Amino acid sequence: MKERKTIPMAVRYLMNIVLVAAFLTALNLLVVNKTLSTYNAKVLMLVGVNIILAVSLNVATGYLGQLPLGHAGFMAVGAYASAIFTKNFDGRLPDEVNFVLGLVLAAVLAFGVGVLIGIPALRLQGDYLAILTLGFGEIIRITLNNIDNVLGFKLTYGAAGLKNIPKYTSVLNAFVWVAVCCYVIHTMMKSRHGRAILAIRENEIAADSCGIQTTYYKVLGFAVSAAFAGVAGGLYAGYLGVLNPGNFGFMKSIEILVMVVLGGMGSMLGSVLSATVLTVLPEALRSFSEYRMVVYALALVLMMIFKPSGLLGQYDFSLSRLVEKLINGELFQKKSKTEKEGE
Amino acid sequence: MSNFFSQLINGLQLGSIYALVALGYSMVYGIILLLNFAHGDIIMIGAYTSWIVMAKMGLPPVAAIFATVIVCTLLGVFIEKVAYTPLRSAPRISLLITAIGISYFLEYGAQLIWGASAQVIPSYYNVAPISIGGVKISFTAILTIAVSVVSMIALALLVQKTKVGKAMRAVSEDTGAAQLMGINVNATISFTFAIGSALAGIGSVLYCCQYAQATPTMGSMLGLKAFVAAVLGGIGSIPGAMVGGFAIGIAECFVSAIGLSVWKDAVVFAILIVVLLVKPAGLLGRQLQEKV
Repeated sequence: MKERKTIPMAVRYLMNIVLVAAFLTALNLLVVNKTLSTYNAKVLMLVGVNIILAVSLNVATGYLGQLPLGHAGFMAVGAYASAIFTKNFDGRLPDEVNFVLGLVLAAVLAFGVGVLIGIPALRLQGDYLAILTLGFGEIIRITLNNIDNVLGFKLTYGAAGLKNIPKYTSVLNAFVWVAVCCYVIHTMMKSRHGRAILAIRENEIAADSCGIQTTYYKVLGFAVSAAFAGVAGGLYAGYLGVLNPGNFGFMKSIEILVMVVLGGMGSMLGSVLSATVLTVLPEALRSFSEYRMVVYALALVLMMIFKPSGLLGQYDFSLSRLVEKLINGELFQKKSKTEKEGE
Repeated sequence: MSNFFSQLINGLQLGSIYALVALGYSMVYGIILLLNFAHGDIIMIGAYTSWIVMAKMGLPPVAAIFATVIVCTLLGVFIEKVAYTPLRSAPRISLLITAIGISYFLEYGAQLIWGASAQVIPSYYNVAPISIGGVKISFTAILTIAVSVVSMIALALLVQKTKVGKAMRAVSEDTGAAQLMGINVNATISFTFAIGSALAGIGSVLYCCQYAQATPTMGSMLGLKAFVAAVLGGIGSIPGAMVGGFAIGIAECFVSAIGLSVWKDAVVFAILIVVLLVKPAGLLGRQLQEKV
């Protein structure tokens, strides 16, 4: 059997970096030259936010195999953290620094809350975990709504909404964060830690008996998922300029979960695609909006009945794999059985 | 002191509605391990049925009560047949997502047909409040508590004493073994859905006696609280659902009474979290060990 040609790691990285940079430049040119209207640019920012949300929830749902229903709570933590920070330092720090620091703070705080909630919640399994995270999510929302009355501060402004948040989010920086988020999660999942997380999904007891610290890795996966939800929240705050705890209810968590499930749990590409489609489609169907949610619900049920693994299942796209197939001339020939086993 | 008692009565009234709805969750979970998110929305459809029969068709309240219970029962069975039966062997998460889909469908379907604004349901009866030792108790409160206690006793008898009840317990214990013993599993599961939904129908009528409105989203928070009640009491256990329902109802009323009504949902969830962490199977639930 002839040796299969492979691409060295450095070239793989270079390939992907060039591709991402080209994509971002093209996107930026479209926006700067006003090829895209302001409205379309806004939709694109929302697409970016939703992609980060879906990809981050995918860590907990698809890779870790748990079912958290409180993702919007982490998003709320990040959104409020970054909004309050950027609002207070607006004008005192350069805009870019303020924005990045706000998002980092959002990620760190959401990570912390993720650890705090994850340690008790992950002792439970399945539906109990779902309902517990749901409870935590609702508690976060209710707290944000009423904390001002208790502490007497003017911090979150409760149900009236936090206004005048500096609008730093742009299409370019939203998608830069999408790239960062996908890169970090991808590399984490390809590392030893990622494999431990996948092992827990496949069989927790077996993973435990192989010496994997299941509690540690479960909390890690959960907290990383929370941290990126926090980043998405920060971007959302900078996109909207106004925050209201009502935006981060239980329905928002379900909406994110639906994106992940439709795309295929455990597939990053699936999450990205379905987040994009499920954000753009409702905007495109404005005139059809009365029927929108009904159709959406029906699609969800039919999808589960006829293709329970989601659109892409666990498939993930890899540019290097495609190029390797090309240079080996395997693209259009079916794999024989022996070769498949040899991989 | 009289304030304490009136709050207690309020809590018991609210708690009995939660308990009735929680029973539906608990029974369905006990038998096919599904969090039936659509259960709360069955209550919403029940409220709209009452509204249509009384306000639109002008029929007497008795007809509305029967219609509500029948529509809820049929809807529950219909949902089970159409959406959950095809997924009998699918992973649990698919079943859960389907339930969420059905819930969305009912909510937005209702909004599409009847509009987002609240529809006022005419009152079923008109009886003055009764005064016992200086505490005014509304007739609705007495009726609600009495009807739910009677329904729960009837349900307990049904599950413990009848043949079909035995079949339900057998299926929830071990579906495969039950099937081998000649129990019609599909029929038993449908029957469970029918009973659970009928209880939701009764709950719907009682809820509308107190809050005479129908809105498309009325079922979601009610359903969520009832589900919390079921988990709190120990999911799959009938006395557990009652205990959980009463506990949540009373807690909610007392939190509101001391002036923290905006925090009441948070308190409900906090109680749930504490109970689950201390006793993961719920107050009266059985702890199952996973076999390797």
